[in-house]
Amino acid sequence: MRKPLTAGRWVITIAVLAVLCAVAIAAAISVGTTPVKPWDFWSSIGTEEHIWIARILDYRMRRAILAALIGAGLATAGGGFQAILRNPLAEPYLLGVMGGGAFGAVFVMAFDITGMGVRPLAAFIGSALSMALVWIIARGGKSGPRAHSLILAGVIVNAFFAGIIMFATSVLGTGKVKSFLFWMMGDLASERGPGWLIFVGLYVVLGLVLILPLSRDYNLLALGEDSARQLGVEVGRVKMLTYIGACIITAACVSVAGLIGFVGLIVPHTIRLALGPDHRLLLPACVLGGAFFLLVCDTAARSLFPVTEIPIGAVTAFFGGPFFLWLLRRRGAGIFSERS
Amino acid sequence: MSVDFDILVDKVRFNYNGVEIIRGLDLAVECGAFHGLLGPNGSGKTTLVKLLSGVLKPASGRIEVFGEVSDSISLRKLAQKIAVVPQGSHIAFPFTALEIVLMGRAPHLGGLSLEGAGDIEIAREAMEMTGTWEFRNRTMEQLSGGEAQRVIVARALTQQPQILILDEPTVFLDIKHQIELMELLSDLNRNRGLTILAVSHDLNLTSRYIKRATLISDGVARAEGPPAQVLTSENIFDVFGARVEIFKIGGRMGILPVERIL
Repeated sequence: MRKPLTAGRWVITIAVLAVLCAVAIAAAISVGTTPVKPWDFWSSIGTEEHIWIARILDYRMRRAILAALIGAGLATAGGGFQAILRNPLAEPYLLGVMGGGAFGAVFVMAFDITGMGVRPLAAFIGSALSMALVWIIARGGKSGPRAHSLILAGVIVNAFFAGIIMFATSVLGTGKVKSFLFWMMGDLASERGPGWLIFVGLYVVLGLVLILPLSRDYNLLALGEDSARQLGVEVGRVKMLTYIGACIITAACVSVAGLIGFVGLIVPHTIRLALGPDHRLLLPACVLGGAFFLLVCDTAARSLFPVTEIPIGAVTAFFGGPFFLWLLRRRGAGIFSERS
Repeated sequence: MSVDFDILVDKVRFNYNGVEIIRGLDLAVECGAFHGLLGPNGSGKTTLVKLLSGVLKPASGRIEVFGEVSDSISLRKLAQKIAVVPQGSHIAFPFTALEIVLMGRAPHLGGLSLEGAGDIEIAREAMEMTGTWEFRNRTMEQLSGGEAQRVIVARALTQQPQILILDEPTVFLDIKHQIELMELLSDLNRNRGLTILAVSHDLNLTSRYIKRATLISDGVARAEGPPAQVLTSENIFDVFGARVEIFKIGGRMGILPVERIL
């Protein structure tokens, strides 16, 4: 028994999720293989350990903010893709958008084209191109590609770009382009300087600003593209803004942290199960829920095993793979025959 | 620029990738009419609905809605005037029936504002008229084809349009619900002045309720007028290729197949 969305329910839900996020950030700063707590910062003032403690807390803080930004962005991008493709399996990683973004980033690094803005921009171009490529490969009849063709094309495009990245990393060496593992498994451990945080923050916020205002149109799109038009939605514009917004978000995330899959699949779907499909609540909840999810994953990734850190992409894939299969079984084969 | 017509279609042509579907079609839907658009499968009826609702643009010719060329009206403005009940639709996410019906308010609401008590009242009225209020909290997947179809009709009514276009509205309904829907449309037409354009290939049911009929085949209007004048056995043979007999039963028309020729 779900009632239509009201302002009260919206505010309460978002407030609860915001508190959950705050708790997750506090936990991320408190937990780690070194037993340092946030309050040690003040209690250690004046002692020799203070600088060392401050440095650890600073590291954790920046890393938590990065995880929150990337989680928020990828979950919302996934929600947007799912809305315009009318399919709950769509996601930046599975659609091949991430692979293309990583290729763009590796490309400029291989040719020593540096500068703060260059890598995310190249990743954006790579993402947009791979989305277009996936679309062309999967293109069906006049009613658009089927979901399974899109996902298959996405996986193939990802594999293709992974091959190129592997080639680049083995030929050029890790001094230049970072390791193959970084790109393929995701990494939140490095590159968390304030400059990058601001950059990722700006890109993610820009993407969210493009996607979130389309929430009502996404609801209408669930009725089908023609019905949405007959209710006043400029469908082409909505799809274009979504592609651009989702590619901007994906590009920023990939260029700073490599490929982190399934966040855009797990988070929107779980929230849809809990709160219903109304995108006016679903998408803002994805922003907070995505941040929460990746914070938890990253905290687990760096503190579960004292000897080594697990790549963040491995953690999300560990949850995401079985989740994808469960979704497939639960919804049956019909999920693949739906046209976008 | 006649104001007596809600919809005027003037020599409209349309093609999908070079295959011409609408070939110079004329249609005039009077203000307050209950107009039936009748024709066989593949005659261009659904394409015409998409042209009238702004989903498709004519290749040539013009469509006027309330005296305004429809090309120059935004989709949102058009949606405030015309509501469409499409032929069977698949809903992508598990929205409840009430959530779907409330989507009909979208053309009237600004920005991201939520539907208020007034909107829910409009939705409730529409759902009671279509007998769907009782399953307002169920998702569309939990409804039968006919129930889902009635929810979509309620959604269109919640749009509070001046013109309601229905594309084969009775296809998924059983005989009781077919009659109920046609009675409801008839009532809305008579008592609220709603202009209705019903697309159908069900001649018997539709002709019982409509006040005016247009027969179309191969993307061209073949005959237009009161149902009794348009639905003659000659016209039906020309358009459908089916041989029928027209009965008059107590002032009502009945169309019965005789045999199919060619």
